[in-house]
Amino acid sequence: MSPRIRTARTGGMLALAAVIALLPLALVNNYFYDVAILVGLNAIVCVGLNLLIGYAGQISLGHAGFFGLGAYGSAILTARYGWPPLAALAAATAGVALLAYLVGRPILRLKGHYLAMATLGLGVIISIVAANEDRYTGGPDGMSVPPLALFGHALTGEKIWYAIVGGLLLAVVWLTLNLIESPRGRALRALHGSEVAAEVIGIDSVRQKALVFVLSAVFAALAGALTAHYSGFITPGQVTFLHSIELVTMVVFGGMASTFGAVVGAAVLTTLPQLLAVLKDYEMVVYGAVMMLTMIFIPRGLVPTLAARFARKDPR
Amino acid sequence: MSLLRTEGLSKVFGGVHAVQALEFAIEPGAVYSIIGPNGAGKTTLLNLLTGIYRPSAGRIWFDERELTGLATHQFAAAGIGRTFQNLQIFFNMSALENVMTGRYLHERCGLAAALLRFPSLARAERSCRAEARELLCAVGLEQYADAASESMPYGALKRLEIARALAARPRLLLLDEPAAGLNATETQEIVRLIERLAARGLTVVLVEHNMRLVMGVSDRVLVLDYGHKLAEGDADSVRRDARVIEAYLGAEARNA
Amino acid sequence: MSAQLLQYLLAGLTVGAIYALVALGFSIIYNASQVINFAQGEFVMIGGMATASLIGTGLPLPLAAPLAIVATTLVGLALAKFAVERARGAPVVTLIIITIGASILLRGLASLVWDKNIHPLPPFSGDRPIAIGGATLLPQSLWVLGVTLVVVAALWWFFNRTLHGKAMLATSHNRLAAQLVGVSVRRVLLVAFGLSAALGALAGILVAPITFTSWDVGVMLGLKGFAAAILGGLGSGPGAVVGGLLLGLIEALSAGYVSSAYKDVIAFGIMLTVLVLMPGGLLGRRSAERV
Repeated sequence: MSPRIRTARTGGMLALAAVIALLPLALVNNYFYDVAILVGLNAIVCVGLNLLIGYAGQISLGHAGFFGLGAYGSAILTARYGWPPLAALAAATAGVALLAYLVGRPILRLKGHYLAMATLGLGVIISIVAANEDRYTGGPDGMSVPPLALFGHALTGEKIWYAIVGGLLLAVVWLTLNLIESPRGRALRALHGSEVAAEVIGIDSVRQKALVFVLSAVFAALAGALTAHYSGFITPGQVTFLHSIELVTMVVFGGMASTFGAVVGAAVLTTLPQLLAVLKDYEMVVYGAVMMLTMIFIPRGLVPTLAARFARKDPR
Repeated sequence: MSLLRTEGLSKVFGGVHAVQALEFAIEPGAVYSIIGPNGAGKTTLLNLLTGIYRPSAGRIWFDERELTGLATHQFAAAGIGRTFQNLQIFFNMSALENVMTGRYLHERCGLAAALLRFPSLARAERSCRAEARELLCAVGLEQYADAASESMPYGALKRLEIARALAARPRLLLLDEPAAGLNATETQEIVRLIERLAARGLTVVLVEHNMRLVMGVSDRVLVLDYGHKLAEGDADSVRRDARVIEAYLGAEARNA
Repeated sequence: MSAQLLQYLLAGLTVGAIYALVALGFSIIYNASQVINFAQGEFVMIGGMATASLIGTGLPLPLAAPLAIVATTLVGLALAKFAVERARGAPVVTLIIITIGASILLRGLASLVWDKNIHPLPPFSGDRPIAIGGATLLPQSLWVLGVTLVVVAALWWFFNRTLHGKAMLATSHNRLAAQLVGVSVRRVLLVAFGLSAALGALAGILVAPITFTSWDVGVMLGLKGFAAAILGGLGSGPGAVVGGLLLGLIEALSAGYVSSAYKDVIAFGIMLTVLVLMPGGLLGRRSAERV
C-alpha cells in the first residue's frame, strides 16, 4: 500500500472512531441519539452499496428489499417462532446472503439500465410480498419486533444501541477498506474500469460481481435486522422503491468509490429530512433537487470532490 | 507440437461471415503475425482466440487442451494474454495498479483473507508491487509508476497494456495493433520489446497493418481476406505470394 | 371463450395500451440519448392532474386536455434542457439518478401545487358500459384503444417516413455519424423529451376517467411502462407496443385468475425472467460490444 493511501486510510478510521466516541457529548436527548443511530444503520447499508455501485460499477435500485428481508426475517423468527434474537439475526442475514447469491448470478450478467430494472423489480416484488403476507408480516401495518437480547437480557435504550451501531459501523468500514486494498478490491475496480480487459486478465466478472452483490446485501440485511430490533417494529413502508432510491442517493451524494464518502452521504441525507420535518411538505422537493443538483454539479460526490479540491491546493 | 491450433473456426454475425473455416497452428516460441485488409476478420479472430467471442463453428486447442466454448477468464487462466486495438486501460487506477491487477491469476486471495487483512496478504502485496515495478521498467515506463493512467500519453498507454498482459505470465501473448497510432521512434521501441519477449521464449501473435514491422519481426505470417486464410508461410514467401499482392494492391499490381 | 376471460382480455388490452404509450415514451428518449427517463411516469401524472384542475376551473375537456398536454411538454423540454443536457456523457448511474431525482421533484411539486387527493376525470363520452359477448367494456376503454392505435400509427409514419423522424432514428444508431450529416443531436434530444412528455400526458388523460388520477399515480405507471419497454426491447418502437400490451394482458389475467394483490409480482417476475433469459427483450436488438 503506498504511504499516502495508508495515512489517508488510518487517518480516516481514526477520525471516524473519534467522531463516534465524542458525538455523545453533543447528543442532548434521546431524539438526537435516535437520529445518530439511524445515521449509523444507514451508513452500514451505504458502505456496502458503495462497494457495489462505486467500486464495482454496478447498480442496485432494490437494496431496500435486502434491508427488508433482513428485518422481516429476524422479526418473524423471533416474534412468530420464538427464536433467540441473535440467532434469528444471524439466520436472516445468512438467508439473505444465499438469496443474493442465487439471484445475483443471473441478474449480474445484465448491464446498465437492464440491471437497474432487474434490481428494481426484485425490490418491488419483495415489498409487495411484505405488504401482503399478513399471516407472517402483519400486512400493511407491519408487525412488532421483540428487542435484541444477550444472555437473556433485553438490549434496549439509546445509549446501548449507539454503542452497538457505532462499533459495528467501524467494523464494517474496516472490513470494506481491507477488501478494497486487496487483490480482490483491485479486481472489482478493474471490472469497473473495463470489464472485457478484466476478463482477459483472468477475472471471472460474474462471480466477482455476485460476491460484491452478496456482501452488500449482507450489510443491508444486517442493518435491517438491527433496525427492526431497535425500533421494536417494522413496516412495509421501510421496504419501498423510495427507500432504495434514498440509499443510492446517499452513496452517490457522499461519493462514489469512497467508503468514508458513503458514511458522510448517509449522515447528511439522514439528518436532512429530520431538519426538514419542519417543512415536511417540502421534503420530496428538496430531496429531488438535491439528487439532481449533486449529479449535475458534483457527479463524483461530495467527499471525492472535496478531496480533489484539497489535493490541488497541496503543493506536494 | 503446436501451442495453439484451430480447426474449422468460423464466426458469423447476422449474415456476415467474419471468420470462415479457419485452420492454422502456432508453434511455441515463434512470432506469428496476422495481416489482412480492413474487415478481414483479424480482430474477430483475436476475440475468438481469447474467448471473448464464442465460435459459430470449429474448435480451438491450446497446448492440446480444448478451449472451445469456455469463458474469457478461462482462456486467460489457460495462459493466453492479449492487448486491445482500442485501449482498455483501467483508467480508474494508476499505472502501477494496472500492472498489479494483471497479476490477478497468481494472487490466490480468499475473501476472508481480504476482509481481515491477513499478514500473508501484506507480504504478497509487497512482492506484487515490486514485480509490477519491474515489468514497468521492462517496457520502459519506470517514470510513470505512480502516475494516474488517465494522465499518460497514448504511446505509453499502449506499452502499459503490454505490461499488464505480461503480468499474468502468459504462454501466448496476442497483440492487437500494438503500433497503431505510434510514431516511428515509438514503433521501433515496440519492435525491440517484441524481440526481447520472443528471445525469452514467449510466443507472440501480432495483428498489424505496418508491413515493415510485420516482415521484420515475424517468423510466420497468416494473411486473412474476408475471413478466409489467403496465405500462410514465412515472411518472404507471403510477401511474394500473388494472391496476397492482389488482395492488397489489386490485380494490376500483380501483373505489373 | 368464456365471458370472464373476455372481460380480463379487454381489461388487459386497455391497461396494456396505456403501458404501451408510456413505454413508447421511454423508447423514444432512450433512442435519442441513451437515457432512461425515470420521470416518464410523472408526465402521465401531470397530464391527468393538470386536466383535472383545469376542468375544475370551468374549462371544458376539449380545451383543458390540449392545454395540459402543452404544459407537460414544456416540463419535458425543461427537464431535457436544464438537467439531461448538462449531464451529457455522464455514466449510466449518474443519468439514472438525475431522472429519478426529477421524478421525486416533480411529485413533490405536484403535491404542493395540487394536493394529495384522488381526482376523477369525466369520461370522454359517457360511462354506460357496452356489452360485448357477455363482457362489459367502458366507452372510455374504446377511447384508450382507439387513440393509442392512431398515435402508434402516427409515430410509425413520423419515424419511418419523415426526414425529422429518420434523423432521430439515425442518432440512436450512430450519434457521430448523424452529427456529421448535419443532424442536431441537441434538437433531437429536445424533440424526444417533448414528444415523450406529450405521449405520457395523453396516456394520463386517457386513463384518468377509468382509474382516477392523483399526485403519485406516476410511480407505478412509470415502473410498469419501463418494464414494458424492457420486455419488448428497449429502443424498439414495436417492442414498446408489444411489451405494453403483453404486460397489460399478463397483469389482467393474473389479477383475475391468481390474485389481485400479486398481479404486480407476477408481472415484474415475468419481466425479470425475460431480462435474464433474453437481455435484449423480445424484439430488441442484439448489440455486440466492439473491442
